[in-house]
Amino acid sequence: MISNLIKRKVFTLLKVQYSNMLEYRVEIALWAISGIIPFFMLNIWTSNNLNEGINFSNVMLSRYFLCAFFVRQFSVVWVVFSFEEDSLMGKISPYLIQPLNPFFRYFAQHIAEQITRFPFALIIAFFFFIFNPESIWIPNLGILFLSTISTFLSFLIQFLIQSIVACLCFWTEKASSIERLLFIPTLFLSGLLAPVISFPEYVKSWIYLTPFPYLIDFPANLLSGNPTNISRGFSMQILWIFLLFPLFKRIWTEGTKKYTAMGS
Amino acid sequence: MVKNIIDVKNLSKSFDISSKEAGLKGTIKHFFRRKTKSLKVIKDISFNIKEGEIVGFLGANGAGKTTILKMLCGLIYPTEGSIFVSGYLPYRRKEKFLKNITLIMGQKQQLIWDLPPIESFYLNASIYDLDNFEAKRRIKKLSEMLEIDDELYIPVRKLSLGQRMKSELLAALIHEPNILFLDEPTLGLDINAQRNLRKFLSKYNKETNATICLTSHYMKDITSLCKRVICIHNGSISYDGKLDLLLKKLSPVKEILIVCRSEKDAVQLENAGFIVKSKTKNEITLTVENNFITSALRTILNNFDIEDLYINEPPVDEIIGKILIKKNYDI
Repeated sequence: MISNLIKRKVFTLLKVQYSNMLEYRVEIALWAISGIIPFFMLNIWTSNNLNEGINFSNVMLSRYFLCAFFVRQFSVVWVVFSFEEDSLMGKISPYLIQPLNPFFRYFAQHIAEQITRFPFALIIAFFFFIFNPESIWIPNLGILFLSTISTFLSFLIQFLIQSIVACLCFWTEKASSIERLLFIPTLFLSGLLAPVISFPEYVKSWIYLTPFPYLIDFPANLLSGNPTNISRGFSMQILWIFLLFPLFKRIWTEGTKKYTAMGS
Repeated sequence: MVKNIIDVKNLSKSFDISSKEAGLKGTIKHFFRRKTKSLKVIKDISFNIKEGEIVGFLGANGAGKTTILKMLCGLIYPTEGSIFVSGYLPYRRKEKFLKNITLIMGQKQQLIWDLPPIESFYLNASIYDLDNFEAKRRIKKLSEMLEIDDELYIPVRKLSLGQRMKSELLAALIHEPNILFLDEPTLGLDINAQRNLRKFLSKYNKETNATICLTSHYMKDITSLCKRVICIHNGSISYDGKLDLLLKKLSPVKEILIVCRSEKDAVQLENAGFIVKSKTKNEITLTVENNFITSALRTILNNFDIEDLYINEPPVDEIIGKILIKKNYDI
């Protein structure tokens, strides 16, 4: 009975948000296209033969950056911007007095957006293979399953980090500027611009303690079939979720005490 | 005996407000050293509201009406004092409490802008754990009551303000709450839409015995819905009681407009000892105390040849306007 209610709640939330996202399909297609940074990076790496230094063949590298593109497509988070606007304009007021944490709405919006992005990402991948036919491969089902899980966990970590930052709106009003600070390590340490394996050994040992390499590098290596430490990857992803979730709950509880329902 | 559903004791609320001087110098000073001060917007107020009551909160802009509603529904935390709504501390936002209340703000919307309202209704229904059958039944019933059957499938952005407001109301009432907090629900609506909304609220109150707390700047909303009003002046309660008692107390006179058959009759009436407010040719307006209305009318009808007669109440807006600028009304 209770699980049915939860299922229906989740299903309706996703269904409605998906219908809403379809209204913005062109915008979402453009967002998908704007995520092709990994392909530029692939070009820089291969044209300068940088891959030789990390024992990655051209094929391994092109698959890595294609997978980085895919992982990025399905782990992009923008909750801080939506929440900041809604909070400053008082738009979250009606949602705050409903028996559902408003972050579930944002979460559903993200999932719905990912579902909308999926066909566009496939089209981009199709064109990638036309220009790089040697990179075509079919990952086995087990790997596909594990990499889907790790991509979802990566999304969860990023969603929690941004939600924590978003809650700072209750104190600072412009929390998105803090998010911009976090964007720098995310860009450089996540594996979006370069596989983490290319970093010096002593830097790597530190990077692997942070959540960043588990956002892109780990799921992308997993999906592309490149060597990666699967148990460490999953353990660290789960560990970070367990650390971030209570922090989010705490900051949410304290933050809502500060809420002044501005703009209304 | 009807029980209290809202209990408020010594409630206060303060906000930290930052202030900035005008000009570049002020901006630079503000950047390096921000001046903030604590502003007490609600000052030690106490009141009770009984189940099924419709209470109007009156006050000038910035008096604190909306802040009180926000505290009552749990949107913001009180600084001091206690609030119990339906036996719950609102700011704890317990699921059972939230399922019992709703807040409608005239200038805020919860409907999804690009989708037809029906999608938001089903979403809200699932949030409040209603099954599809029950959701359908309630949507049908409420859409009939609000007369918006045809608008359910049109994207919200294409609806008129009145249709949108009715849809907002439906979305907010789908879980059949017992307590409604309405913050200027008729804001921006045309006269017909305002009247329909008032009719609906009155019917909803009668059918469900729901308690309604209402703020509005349209006096018609207050006079047609609320028997009791709470007047707020600078964060304090200046009057809490029956609306008609207040109106009687503040306006102990009525105006009688008399149309005489001739100018001569009007002159005679002018000199008959009544208080004359105005006179034009054969029309004369008298001011008569409420207690003497019957005897005054008898005298006029028996002694003067009159063509027509009207008894006017002074405009409610004028009377309420007086309350909003006064600190205290003991009746």
